[in-house]
Amino acid sequence: MITTDSLTKRYGPSTVVDEVTLELARPGVTALIGPNGAGKSTLLSLVGRLADADGGAALVDGMDVATTRSRDLAKRMAILRQEHHLEARLSVRDLVGFGRFPHSRGRPGPEDEAVVADVLTRLSLDDLADRYLDELSGGQRQRAFIAMALAQDTEYLLLDEPLNNLDLAHAVAIMRLLRTAADELGKRVVVVLHDINFASRWSDEIVALADGRVVAQGPPAEVIRPEVLEDLYGVPVSVHEVDGHRVAVYYG
Amino acid sequence: MPGSGASGAPARRRSRWLLPAVLAVVALAVLSTFVGVASVTPAALLRGDADAWQLLAVSRLPRTAALILAGVSLAVAGLVMQLLVRNRFVDPSTSGAVDASMLGLLAVMIFAPGMPVIGKMLVAALFALAGTGLFLLLLSRMPLRSPITVPLVGITFGGVLGAAGSFVAYEQDLIQSMLAWRTADFSGLLAGRYELLWVAAALAVVVWFLADRLTIAGLGKDAATGLGLSYRTVMITGMVVVSLISATVTATVGDVPFLGLIVPNVVSLLVGDHARRSVPWVALLGAGFLLLCDVIGRLVRYPYEVPLGVVVGVLGSAAFLYLLVKGSRRVG
Repeated sequence: MITTDSLTKRYGPSTVVDEVTLELARPGVTALIGPNGAGKSTLLSLVGRLADADGGAALVDGMDVATTRSRDLAKRMAILRQEHHLEARLSVRDLVGFGRFPHSRGRPGPEDEAVVADVLTRLSLDDLADRYLDELSGGQRQRAFIAMALAQDTEYLLLDEPLNNLDLAHAVAIMRLLRTAADELGKRVVVVLHDINFASRWSDEIVALADGRVVAQGPPAEVIRPEVLEDLYGVPVSVHEVDGHRVAVYYG
Repeated sequence: MPGSGASGAPARRRSRWLLPAVLAVVALAVLSTFVGVASVTPAALLRGDADAWQLLAVSRLPRTAALILAGVSLAVAGLVMQLLVRNRFVDPSTSGAVDASMLGLLAVMIFAPGMPVIGKMLVAALFALAGTGLFLLLLSRMPLRSPITVPLVGITFGGVLGAAGSFVAYEQDLIQSMLAWRTADFSGLLAGRYELLWVAAALAVVVWFLADRLTIAGLGKDAATGLGLSYRTVMITGMVVVSLISATVTATVGDVPFLGLIVPNVVSLLVGDHARRSVPWVALLGAGFLLLCDVIGRLVRYPYEVPLGVVVGVLGSAAFLYLLVKGSRRVG
């Protein structure tokens, strides 16, 4: 379990994450939603020790991320930010192989290679394995980075807006993939999502943030409600049941 | 689809070229050893000509060794910089490292002229480290980091350092030394005056051991941290290595421009950017490129010699421009 205790982050005068105390990452997929500047990405970075907190603590399985050795954390938790503006000529196989670094420390053994091969197959990347990243489309590259995170073989998988810049088909494919990772591989996935309907459709739990605070937390049925969302985003929202899922309509 | 299928197949196909490449560099090294005004010919050596052997041991072999060691280490230093700055268009001579180490050398000549050569080199390395640090600081303050701005900032920054150096050198009557550092020249190298370059080459070997870490650092701070790598440590280690190499080469033979820039780019096209695979190629091509330039420099107006730095500069700037145009098209 990931817990935060009065976790706080300030940038200059503005408090981006404001004394957040919550339990995160129950088994399954947890979505972080909220308007721009709500602190979703910052919260994820703090938990993933990519940013230092100004107050409070984040614990992964009881270990304080600020004081635990980074390489030990890397065996329990994989985090993926959205910056993939990478022009490196690395093959997909190389990249996914780097996911084994916390375990192999640069000397991959047969077990590491087996994990990489398995992940490549699972994400249908076999045909692309020897292609360079700069030759791939946005969706393929996104999949390659997720494959790297999966190869890290951690219980927790934190992803910051993995659907950015993806068209519908690719976005659905990524969400299905995360669902599979949770259901079949037992991962605990925490994902920052912009599109609340993706959160509604694919996650087990939703955490809604606004102004650096948690304003709602619960299963989609509890969070995807007009009164919660109107409060959260400040626009009129109606919620409809479509094919057994709650769909928010908010186009004004 | 080419390149798919059996694991690592393309890498293996490319590694087949490694042996021919090694042989080509060896051939260039032999050629470089036997080109020169005073005739050292294999025949004379076989006859047991004492003068020829003497010349070989004192001048020719040290020179060839220096070319190889400088070529290897500079090219590898360029690769390290490119990984850590995450930009293809930087190397020690376009980021202020070389100019800063010249300032260091000047400082030694002014304040501690009697300092042993190893101390001189360390002071120059400290200056180079400060220079690279300042360059990185400048970059982190730049609002727009288009791939082309990075080398522009570096070249400008280096120019400022160089101008400061020239001013001080002029005041102190040290322009001669300054000029010597500015243009690489291997013609005066004798046994006993190039050996520091072994240190630089040894550092290139260190880079090979750090290859995975450097490549991961090249993915960016967040990705590296996520994989449990201490980004800071890798960054600092890399910068120390680059600074030591630039200082050593500058102090021993002078600035060799563009080498560290072009060779890693060519290798990237050949074998990609995974340093574990590219470091051997970078080292090999670095040595080959310098040997080739040196042979050209010695033949082009025989029996006189064109300084190596000039040949490298001419070939290198043309290649650099080509890479800039082609590279910026690729980046968009």
